[in-house]
Amino acid sequence: MAGLNWLSIQEAHAQLSSRKISSVELTQACLDQIGVVESQVQSFLALTPESALEQAARADQMLAAGEGGPLTGVPVQIKDVMCTEGVATTCASRMLENFVPVYNATAVEKLMEQGAVMLGKGNMDEFAMGSSCENSAFHPTKNPWDLDRVPGGSSGGAAASVAAGEVIYSLGSDTGGSIRQPAALCGVVGLKPTYGLVSRFGLIAFASSLDQIGPVGRSVMDCALALNVIAGHDPRDATSVKREPVDYSAGLGQDLKGLRLGVPEEYFVEGMESGTRKAVDEAISVLEGLGASVRPVSLPTTQYALACYYIIAPSECSANLARYDGVKYGYSYQDTDDMWEAMEKTRQHGFGPEVTRRVMLGTYALSSGYYDAYYLKAQQARTLIRQDFDRVFQEVDALVTPTSPVTAFKIGDKVGDPVQMYLIDVCTLPVNIAGLPGLSVPCGFSDGLPVGMQLIGPHFSEETLLKTAHAYEAATDWNSERPAGLR
Amino acid sequence: MALGRAEVEYIASLARINLTEEEIETFGEQLSHILEQFKVLEELDTSDVVPTAHAGGLQTVMRDDLSQDSLDSEDVLKNAPNREGEFFRVNAVLEE
Repeated sequence: MAGLNWLSIQEAHAQLSSRKISSVELTQACLDQIGVVESQVQSFLALTPESALEQAARADQMLAAGEGGPLTGVPVQIKDVMCTEGVATTCASRMLENFVPVYNATAVEKLMEQGAVMLGKGNMDEFAMGSSCENSAFHPTKNPWDLDRVPGGSSGGAAASVAAGEVIYSLGSDTGGSIRQPAALCGVVGLKPTYGLVSRFGLIAFASSLDQIGPVGRSVMDCALALNVIAGHDPRDATSVKREPVDYSAGLGQDLKGLRLGVPEEYFVEGMESGTRKAVDEAISVLEGLGASVRPVSLPTTQYALACYYIIAPSECSANLARYDGVKYGYSYQDTDDMWEAMEKTRQHGFGPEVTRRVMLGTYALSSGYYDAYYLKAQQARTLIRQDFDRVFQEVDALVTPTSPVTAFKIGDKVGDPVQMYLIDVCTLPVNIAGLPGLSVPCGFSDGLPVGMQLIGPHFSEETLLKTAHAYEAATDWNSERPAGLR
Repeated sequence: MALGRAEVEYIASLARINLTEEEIETFGEQLSHILEQFKVLEELDTSDVVPTAHAGGLQTVMRDDLSQDSLDSEDVLKNAPNREGEFFRVNAVLEE
């Protein structure tokens, strides 16, 4: 029998609320799995077993009193880009190596109010910049399906921990694919909600017009249950939207009759792996078999998304990361009396190469004489990309694409060539540019490595995406596969 | 668009990041290669296109001007690399 650590949120909640198991037992099962596999997978930047067991004991009291909900007593990993009160939050950067937040991010606070059990902080690319987790200043994370390969990124820890059975679910963040791409590469489900659905208060900013927090789980239902808790307006994030609360789990289990799906040809890019193409094509047939109508659609501005993104995201990053000056928190170069030298050396030693590269790129794109040619032009391209999506969403309810054109690649393969690394996110970036929700669900394997299918919908169409992915998941059983080497 | 050494140094000075000789060279090459990829945008006719700053639907969110509790000053100073009493300590800003 599989251990308790492999339960879904739904299964765990059923057993916890009927008192068949305790949260302490469930938490211990996850800690045991971590004890076995973490030295191989390295999905955590910090483990918090003592506080986790205390939280589990408190959750057991809540459950005994009939309080709480589906997340009560369920172990979670939090990506290290979200502030956790009293627990170091490093963003996988030397710059924040010793930073201990004095408050929780709103998404974390909401989990804690539900009696969640935090097992630790998830590894990531430094400041969420990267697609492989190799830009972590501390250590890379390994893909549980093949330890010589990357888990994807930037939320590599979030995806790998869930795939390896170290936690039941996790929270990641997604600026250009950072939840969906690692979810695809690790064979788990990842949801990037609509811009504004989840508060970013306490999320360490990378690119503020693109960043969004979302869940990673081993099932679509688990992502829906986590989204139920973290979604909602927060006065502390002025970009969060006031909407009537929705039960995202309620519509799961419906059939797909009448659902109109579009397949944008531009997402089946040159250089796409044949095994990925095959798996996604087969998944589309399954969706058709479930009652959805499928038609080809065209998003001609897709080819401009990469350039648009790599101007806008670094520009916003260069402004956001200006705060790391060695004065208020974080690493500080102290061996000088000169203010500018201190700041320049703080930033030199505190930031890793990819972060420096993006800060420089953004600084250049925003600098006098280049602003119109780069930043303004990219913002105009952004308008055209949005309009393309608006147009196809008049014809279809959602789009089906590959999440990543390739499966997990070997550690070290792409680190030397930033442009090759950027190209990995070609199918996920447009979604952030347009502020849309996107979901990646496992749809098969290519040479033993997981492939993900991406569903994209109009703003606030999470229910449609979750319903569609859930029906697909129920008709297949990809999410019951476990990485053999780790069992 | 190839970035020369002087340009890389200028960008680094704007970004307030000190670079080694080797980094100046590597970033020059890499940033030039990345900027090459941006050329594709020149194909797009954007003459009458309004720029999009963000894809959310909200504009200028206001709240009532009410006083609220802020962080305790001890909490604010907790992560200070260098503090003196109630203050962050910094190097001299004004030259003599």
